[in-house]
Amino acid sequence: MTKMKRRTFLKGTAASSMIGLAISAGLLKPRIAMAAWPQVGFDAKTVDGALGALYQSSSTSPSTAINIKAPDIAENGAVVPITVTTSLPAEVITLIVEKNPSPLAGNFILGAGGIGYVSTRVKMGKTSKLIAVVKAGGKLHSADKEVKVTIGGCGG
Amino acid sequence: MAEKTIRIRAELSGDVTDVKALINHTMETGLRKDAKTGETIPAHFIQEVTCEVNGKQNFTAQWGVAISKNPYLSYQFKGGKKGDKIKISWVDNKGDKDSEEGQVQ
Repeated sequence: MTKMKRRTFLKGTAASSMIGLAISAGLLKPRIAMAAWPQVGFDAKTVDGALGALYQSSSTSPSTAINIKAPDIAENGAVVPITVTTSLPAEVITLIVEKNPSPLAGNFILGAGGIGYVSTRVKMGKTSKLIAVVKAGGKLHSADKEVKVTIGGCGG
Repeated sequence: MAEKTIRIRAELSGDVTDVKALINHTMETGLRKDAKTGETIPAHFIQEVTCEVNGKQNFTAQWGVAISKNPYLSYQFKGGKKGDKIKISWVDNKGDKDSEEGQVQ
């Protein structure tokens, strides 16, 4: 009988330490989410899913203080130049191509002295909205611009 | 990686430093198929680009497969001066990496 008790006791501690591990792993994740590459955000298949993974919120308020410079018509979807500028005190600028298989294109984290400006080139599978989300003062602001694509740049 | 994969240009104009970088990278999406074999070409893309100014982290870009082949990146910051050391590093999903240093002109 005592043997049995000892065995159940051991089983119990093993199980609870497993739970403890799972919890600490779970707790660690959100804390390093901004520093580590946001796998979940890039895997997301929807705009809301991507924003939810990055910011735990997909509600953004439209802002006229964000300007997206991109061509109206892109002949080659594989290389679409895009420049986002904002007068907001931006901390993070997130670039989203709404209709790409994975909408999140890039996440740009500004450091000390950072100005609301980022420029890069993205691939667009088809005609889609480009969405720029700017995190400033703990809030999410957004602007979008439609770009027509004549030859897509994602598939083969 | 013998050849340089990063080209940096950092210019001060007024009180704003403009950093531009061109990186040689295939940025394979994992969605394309090989024309001959019909097999999917595995994804191979830069996940993170970091920029340091005089050894201090200044800017981080997290990228997905939607960033174009041979990526271009530009950002700006205030408080830089001529001669500041700019270091740009990238790491991709296969763990390949490279870094390059430049100076604010």
